[in-house]
Order: sequence, then C-alpha cells, then structure tokens
Amino acid sequence: MTTASIHVRNLSKTFVLHNQGGAELAVLGNATISVMPGECVVLDGPSGSGKSTLLKCVYGTYRATSGEIVIASDERTVDMRVAQAQDILRLRRDTVAYVSQFLRAIPRVPAIDIVAEPLLTGLPEDDEAATHARSEAQQLLLTLRIPPRLWNVPPATFSGGEQQRVNIARSFIRPQPVLLLDEPTASLDAENRATVVAMIRKARERGAAILGIFHDEATRNAVATRVVNMADFQ
Amino acid sequence: MNDQLNAPRPILSVSGVTKRYGDRIAVADASFELYPGEVLAVVGESGSGKSTLLNCVSARLRPDEGRVDYRTRHEGMAEVFAMSEAQRRLLARTDWGFVHQNAEEGLRMHVSAGANVGERLMALGDRHYGDLRRNAIDWLSRVEVDTTRIDDLPSAFSGGMRQRLQIARNLVTKPRLIFMDEPTSGLDVSVQARLLDLLRTLTRGLSLSAIVVTHDLAVARLLAHRMLVMKGGRIVETGLTDQVLDDPQHPYTQLLVSSVLQP
Repeated sequence: MTTASIHVRNLSKTFVLHNQGGAELAVLGNATISVMPGECVVLDGPSGSGKSTLLKCVYGTYRATSGEIVIASDERTVDMRVAQAQDILRLRRDTVAYVSQFLRAIPRVPAIDIVAEPLLTGLPEDDEAATHARSEAQQLLLTLRIPPRLWNVPPATFSGGEQQRVNIARSFIRPQPVLLLDEPTASLDAENRATVVAMIRKARERGAAILGIFHDEATRNAVATRVVNMADFQ
Repeated sequence: MNDQLNAPRPILSVSGVTKRYGDRIAVADASFELYPGEVLAVVGESGSGKSTLLNCVSARLRPDEGRVDYRTRHEGMAEVFAMSEAQRRLLARTDWGFVHQNAEEGLRMHVSAGANVGERLMALGDRHYGDLRRNAIDWLSRVEVDTTRIDDLPSAFSGGMRQRLQIARNLVTKPRLIFMDEPTSGLDVSVQARLLDLLRTLTRGLSLSAIVVTHDLAVARLLAHRMLVMKGGRIVETGLTDQVLDDPQHPYTQLLVSSVLQP
C-alpha cells in the first residue's frame, strides 16, 4: 500500500464574480497545513471560514489563486495548483478520494454499480474484474446497512441518509492514500455514524493521510489526530 | 520522475485551427489535445463555433489555417489534412466514428437496421453474411434495440432508437475516437437518460476517446473528463469538468453556469 502526504503552503483563494461587477470574494488567505500518512487533521471554524474551499482546492476542483498544494508519494509529487489536467485525473484515480455528503446519482445506474465503478475506471472491459468489484461493493453496502433489495435500484429515489452511505461506499471502495472528507457523516443516524467512524479510523491505521471537516464534536474527537483552526489562516 | 516515461501521449492534437465563412470567423485559433480514453465536452451557445470546430477536427471540413494530428494505430502521429483523400476516408470509417445530432444524417434510411450496422464492416472487406448478421445482432442488443427489428427500416424507428442505431453503426468497427454533435438533444428525457447511460458505459468499457459537442452542461458533467468553453469562435476556457462547472473563471463561463439549474 503506497502512502502520500499533503503539503499546503500559503494557499489563498479569491473568487472573482465577473457578472457582479468584478466583485472579489476572498474566501481563503494564506493557509498552510501538512498532513502525513496516518494522520487525520480536522479543519475547525464557523460556516464561511473556507473549510470546504480548502478541501476543494486540494482536490483541484477549485483553482487556487496562489500558494502550493503538493501531494507527495513515492511515485510522484504533484502541485495541484499548476498540474496538468491529465495529472490531476491520474491522481484522482490512484491517490486522492474526495467524499462529500452528497451523492451525484447517475440516471439508470444501480447503487451497486455506482459503488463498484471506481475499481473499474481505467481498466479494459473484463468480466472477472467486474464480478470482483461488485462483490467488494456488496460487502461495503452490507457494512453500511443498505438492504440488498436496494442494490439494483438507482439511488435517485433513496433517502438522504441512504444516498450518503452509497456515496461513502463508493469513496472507500478503493483504498486511496489521501482522503478528503467534507462532512461525510452529516445526516447519518448514530449507528451508521459509528460505522463510518470505524472506516475512517481503519483508513488512518493503514496509513492514509486524511483531511476532513466534521461539525459533530463526538465524531471529530473519534477520528482526529489533530485539529486546525481556520482562524489561523486569515 | 518515471511519470515522464509512461505519461500517456495524446491521440489527437489540434493546433491553431481557424475557419472562416467569408468575413465571418467561425473558429479562431483553436488548439487542444485529446488523450486516450478521454471524453472532452465542447460547450457554448448556438453559433459559438462548436459544431464547426467538431467538423474541422473530424476532417469533414478543411480549416483555413492550423493543423490536426492523429495518432494512427501503426504509424504514429500523422497530419490529417496531409493524408490522401482515400486515407482520410478509410480513417473516418474505421478508426473514427461520427454521431450526428439528427440520426437521419448518419443513417441510410432506405436499408435495414442490420444493413446499417453491417455497412462499415463490409466497407472493410467483410463479406460473410453470417458474421455480418451476428455482429449486427450483437450491436443492436448492446445499444438496446430489440433484435427482432433487425430487418426493419430505420424510418420505422423512434428518434431514440434511431440515435442508438447510429451509435451501433459507428461502433461496430471498434473505433478509437468518436465525434458526437449534440447526441442527446431533441430526445425525451427518459430516452436521453438511456442514451447517456449507454455512452458512459461504452466510453468507459471500450476506452474510447470522444469529443462531444453539447449545449447541455448536465450532459457534460455526466460524460466528460474535461471541457472546452467556446464563445464567438474562440475557446475561452478549458479545464476539468468539475473545475469549469464549479469554479468557472471566464465571465462567459460564469454566465453560462449561473444560467442553468444545477448542472
């Protein structure tokens, strides 16, 4: 299992709203943070303090205004701020998972295939690999208490909590060295929250570098190795 | 560092492509690359030049300036407009596919569905009736067209079925690159979902590269790894699909993204 670390230095993000007269929204200024393998660093701060923005910059969804966002592993070192699209895509396939609380359902695709998909991306069509991926997906769906009668149903009609658990299963099926968690337990009941906490701790123990946002204090205490306050970055 | 060695090489490279109609510039200085297995969406409003760009890079229309290079199976990168007409035609019906917005333009309406699927194979010299028919049945079922309809004319098919037939006709030669011009517009939502599901599965499973022109940002979100945004014949923004849709930089992209419901 390869490991990787995250090194964010002097990261800032300002949104320029061209259709609002060029208004500038400085959401993040001068964030510096490192996450080593086996660490789970939790970002703390009120709504609007830039926690999600920081995670999205690390994943490459938001293009940082300045600074460095280095994802370093034995195989490669990539600065997400300036990396080519192909390098970011490869990193997302092999190294970095981003878990939000929202599932982007795909029309007509059953839950089990949505969960299995990350194991199959980048591979040629292969029945054996597909069977293996589906059985891994079943395990995870069972762990997360999604009843088998729902496995072959597209999740668009699932409850919020069920969709969230499908999303977590999809994000954890491939054990990535870097996990970015944006409130993955937000609308889960206590039992499922405990399951997800156990999954995060397991990821930490296998050496994943985890950067996350958890509003719920009990969850945060259960997973964090360190808490960083966003106020330090203003 | 070993990344440098096994970094994938583009399958298509477009540089400085410009196309004018009289005084009007339809496409100005377009450059981009496409990688194996990658789906690239070209978005923009009507008249932004996206279909002209697609026609230029698929060699259906000769640009006034610029070049298009394609990585052929055996001879490496080759400049598409430097090939002979015959070479280009062969490429277009073996290695490439083109899916038109109106299926009627991409189908032969007066021959059966089966013959439509078999035509490209016959053009490659396949004359064995049993093989052709088996292939046609296989592809009709892959695109979810009832195989008992194999001897029917496409004119007896619904719009969604025609579009799926057009896709089967294109994919039967196992192309490496497929061009699609608004493949889902004009279809009912349920038919659209079915077609999108099919396109997703095919582009993933066959590690096909694709360029999809669409005005529908939700289609781009679902299918594409990367996007080009066009306005007035120019590419004004490029990036990963989530970058362009979630953090648009150009004023026009910001307007485009903020004008639709939750792409």
